[in-house]
Amino acid sequence: MFELVSTRHNPMIDPGLHVWGYEIPLYLFLGGFVAGIMVLFGVALFRGREAQRFSVYSDLPLVGLVCLSLGMLALFLDLEHKLHVWRLYVTFEPWSPMSWGAWILLLVYPVLLAGVLLSPPAPALWFVPGLEKLSSRWKADRSKVRWLGVASVASGIALGIYTGILLSSLGARPLWSSALLGPLFLVSGLSAGAAFAHLTAKDPKESEGLARADNAFLIAELALIALFLIGLMSAGEAQAQAAGLLLGGPFTAAFWTLVVGVGIVTPLVIQTLVLTHRIVHTRVAPLLVLLGGLALRFVVVYAGQYSHWPRG
Amino acid sequence: MTLAYPLSRRRFLKVSGVAAGAATVAASASGLLRAAAPERERGLRRVPTFCDICFWKCGAIASVRDGALWKIEGNPLDPLSQGRLCPRGTGGVGAHFDTDRVKAPLMRQGAKGGEKWAEVTWDEALTFIASKMQMIKAEHGPESIALFSHGLGGTFLKHTLKAFGTPNITAPSFAQCRGPRDVGFNLTFGEEVGSPERTDIRNAQCLVLIGSHLGENMHNTQVQEFAEAVGAGASIIVVDPRFSVAASKAKFYLPIKPGADLALLLAWMNTLVTEGLHDKDYVAHFGFGFEAFAAEIAPFTPEWAYPETGIGPEVIRETAREMARHRPATLVHPGRHATWYGDDAQRSRAIALLNALLGSWGRKGGFYAPSSMDVPSYPYPPYPVSALGKVDNPGRRYPFATETITTGIREATITGKPYPVKGWFAYATNLIQALPNEEETIKAIQNLDLLVVVDVIGSELAGWADVILPEATYLERYDELNVELFRQSFVALRQPVIEPPNDQKPNWWIARELAMKLGLEAYYPWKDIEEYLNRRLTSAGLSFETLKEKGIVLGPSQPLFFEEGAEATFPTPSGKIEFYSTQLKAAGFDPVPKFRRPKAGPAGSFRLLFGRAPVHSFGRTQTNPILHDMMSENEVWVNTNAAGRYGFKSGDRVRLKNQDGVVSLPVKVRATEAIRGDCVYLVHGFGHTSKMLRRALGRGASDAQLVTRYETDALMGGTGMNVNFVTLEAEV
Amino acid sequence: MARLGMVIDTRKCVGCMDCVVACKTENSVPEGFNRDWITQKLTGSFPTLSLEIRSERCNHCDNPPCVSCCPTGASHVHDYGAVVLVDDKECIGCKACLASCPYDARFIHPGGYADKCTFCIHRVEKGLDPACVSVCPTRCMHFGDLDDPQSEVSRLLTSRRNHSLLPEAGTHPRIFYLT
Repeated sequence: MFELVSTRHNPMIDPGLHVWGYEIPLYLFLGGFVAGIMVLFGVALFRGREAQRFSVYSDLPLVGLVCLSLGMLALFLDLEHKLHVWRLYVTFEPWSPMSWGAWILLLVYPVLLAGVLLSPPAPALWFVPGLEKLSSRWKADRSKVRWLGVASVASGIALGIYTGILLSSLGARPLWSSALLGPLFLVSGLSAGAAFAHLTAKDPKESEGLARADNAFLIAELALIALFLIGLMSAGEAQAQAAGLLLGGPFTAAFWTLVVGVGIVTPLVIQTLVLTHRIVHTRVAPLLVLLGGLALRFVVVYAGQYSHWPRG
Repeated sequence: MTLAYPLSRRRFLKVSGVAAGAATVAASASGLLRAAAPERERGLRRVPTFCDICFWKCGAIASVRDGALWKIEGNPLDPLSQGRLCPRGTGGVGAHFDTDRVKAPLMRQGAKGGEKWAEVTWDEALTFIASKMQMIKAEHGPESIALFSHGLGGTFLKHTLKAFGTPNITAPSFAQCRGPRDVGFNLTFGEEVGSPERTDIRNAQCLVLIGSHLGENMHNTQVQEFAEAVGAGASIIVVDPRFSVAASKAKFYLPIKPGADLALLLAWMNTLVTEGLHDKDYVAHFGFGFEAFAAEIAPFTPEWAYPETGIGPEVIRETAREMARHRPATLVHPGRHATWYGDDAQRSRAIALLNALLGSWGRKGGFYAPSSMDVPSYPYPPYPVSALGKVDNPGRRYPFATETITTGIREATITGKPYPVKGWFAYATNLIQALPNEEETIKAIQNLDLLVVVDVIGSELAGWADVILPEATYLERYDELNVELFRQSFVALRQPVIEPPNDQKPNWWIARELAMKLGLEAYYPWKDIEEYLNRRLTSAGLSFETLKEKGIVLGPSQPLFFEEGAEATFPTPSGKIEFYSTQLKAAGFDPVPKFRRPKAGPAGSFRLLFGRAPVHSFGRTQTNPILHDMMSENEVWVNTNAAGRYGFKSGDRVRLKNQDGVVSLPVKVRATEAIRGDCVYLVHGFGHTSKMLRRALGRGASDAQLVTRYETDALMGGTGMNVNFVTLEAEV
Repeated sequence: MARLGMVIDTRKCVGCMDCVVACKTENSVPEGFNRDWITQKLTGSFPTLSLEIRSERCNHCDNPPCVSCCPTGASHVHDYGAVVLVDDKECIGCKACLASCPYDARFIHPGGYADKCTFCIHRVEKGLDPACVSVCPTRCMHFGDLDDPQSEVSRLLTSRRNHSLLPEAGTHPRIFYLT
């Protein structure tokens, strides 16, 4: 046992690190969500003509574009030196995940934009002459659509994993020092994407397919969370202490109720019951999944900042 | 605070490039300031001066960058600081920037203590003060005005008041601080320890600290030498109810019961004498009354001391032998703030006697013989002689008091006996926190016709004032020379580095202008301070210009120790070291110190102890933005188990309630293993209630407020203040 | 090329914070922020206790995570002495470096950029010690080239027992504490 007294009193640092407020978790959630949307959209593109009537095909890219912009706005709002934001794009720092992220975001935009152009929203058709022609010409070109599908899936996966790696590269925060954080955020993003599509789907067949997919993502997410915690517990003192934040510390309640209970287990049960036709379909489950995805980013970002190497 | 953001590196290098040239030309500060006044000054200017954040007076060099005060560093020529200031000195620039400074003379509006002020001109303020003084003088005599002054800056105000005719000039540094120590040493060696203390810590091979928390108590030379001794592997023995920083450096840590130090000292002396470990030649050569002394201390064995002190007999013997092993380079430090239990002069005498047994007085690693340069005083006319004499110690009630007793003046102010005191001047001392029992101080203040406070910032005392006169900080003024009595003699100059920000004035100007209003022109033959300083320095064969340039001039070296040729004289009645004091005996006191157990507190209470933090000088530095940033509040140290018993943990907020029901401001608990379970500890100087101290207001708890009781030292009138007890109450 | 580092004698340090104050004034560190600070670690139970007092700051690591995570290159290793610095004009204030430092040595300056100890590079390049080292009244702080076996810091490290902070974090800190 020992007593530790420090005279340091820096804002955002003491008594516990808290450099990132709501902006970064929101950004990570939206980034993951957009990643999920892009993967689903990309897959839909492979499904051919029959998928074109699905909302996944027609609505998601625009939603993705809007959410990604919101996410980037959140990221921008977090910057302390906002006027210098352009400095991200005058260099590439190969060791910095944030630099990778900045560039990935730039690559994601054209893909999403191409997706929007593939099925432009009605107002756009009014305002941009010739858009309809372009879009139907693209839709007809199978190889173009496929390439777009490949690009969408690939950049979606990159974006999803990046949102996790951004944190796990920061080795000073033991909670984040897990290689599973990238896959976890990706799967959570897929699940959120599927949930959102589920929420907006008009076709019952699409809806059912998305619920099924979402269940698979949720089960994978549960498994990854378990592995993530087991990994931390067995990695070393610092990581075990960090896992303790979720397993018996200040963030335990939020983690188990909001992330696991509300965000994963409950919708999983509801959707299973819906799929087996034991209860009627409602929008509750996908809403909970979205809420859970947001809560996951908040808990991981807040608890992760708080986690630290043993002081002494 | 107005410090600018850091310069970028490139810009900084450019600035200091220009500065390198300027730095070598140490121009006259005021001259340059005047010349540069219309345009903003450029480049770097370095001005030597000496510090005033505490009374150690370390030599310093202030840097002004582009016309703004930047930083202050130690003057390498200075024997006190060796070129390194303490944290308070380094943070001294903050005094200039302090936003809580008094900006113009203030006169009270409304009731006393209401803290309502009107800004007035200097002429109005001084005219008012002078007329009040004349009225008091007419009715009661000039003696009815007293001056409480702390530090060198009070020199000129003392001069004015002496010229006015009062002998009642005092400082809390005697009866509330080092008085008992100096009396105890005086009774033993015929000489005082002085300030800076004549301790040769640097060369000590064994250093004994009794309640002295060097390192937290940041007297620069002492701490530097302490670290040097630690680095050299000196054997450190620390006696303290609290595991202080110094204790952490110790070979032996003795967690004594509070108040039992004298018992331990007697047992140590008993061991040395019983085991024949004392310096027999030294004692035989220089000592007086050793046989009688030995007989007196014979009963006080380590076994006797064990239940009193809580220190095991074997530890007492082992530490006594450790001291003997290194003698005469064993220094039992006399401490500084010695007013603890009311038997303090006798305890200090026991420390002196222990040093005498070890032969450390006048020896390397013990106490050196200090010297100072001969700089004649300014030739003034003689002061008027008071017919009534001093008011503080009627009938020499405290026969061994060597200085004026603050609390004696306070008492006379309350009772009007032996004669009424109707006017107080306070220079740079917050009597509300400095004197024990705030209520008595306020009672005295209510009897006053005039209370004038001269200070840089406000204070609780200033809150009661009729007039507050804002002084320029040490960085903005010339001051009296520092002709130091130290290991190495020297003279140092304080000179202005930068202009005061508002209508603040230097103390010499205030004192001189007041004297003019009082018709005391004859006592101010000089027109300004530069004339005064020039005259004093010239009469000593020194050059004002040299001092302005270098800040410090060293005097000749004198032998420091008996073995080097320092004269072994003991100006006591016997002319020797008085192991047995016939003058104490004659006055009805113990000729050899005896231990009396201090009174215990109410059941379940903690004895309240207090001390220093390295970044603050009492309450004076609490509004300094830099030092406030280092430590903005104090905490109450409570033993972990004791805190747990009452359900408190670190960070909880509590109020302290003393035995008389006085309740402190809320303060955070520091539950720690580093203190005994029967006492709590506060750093002194916090818990301000004055609205003028906006930055410090309500931060932490004031120990002074809880010191409602005090034990007066019967020898010299010191006020022992570690006799208060508190309980903790949860703050909801 | 020099590899600058600091060796601090915890036996002599009294935790007076002069280093902290000197840093404040030398570098005009804004009120409420610390580039350096004092940590006290008390071990044991009363009265058998030991206290380690450390003056702490950026460790100018050989393997600085704050540099590698920086997306703009504002955090960099300076040519002189391998000192880790931040170019405030390049910093966007993303705070990744704050989160990446196991010592929590960085903060966001009110000007919006990441800030921390610079080892007083502006002084060091002129042949002076950092401000904290130069003021220390206990002379417990030593500064110099860790790669030069003749330097005072190197000699102290070979002759005295010492430790660095969180070596397990893998950052290879360059501040060492003599015990």
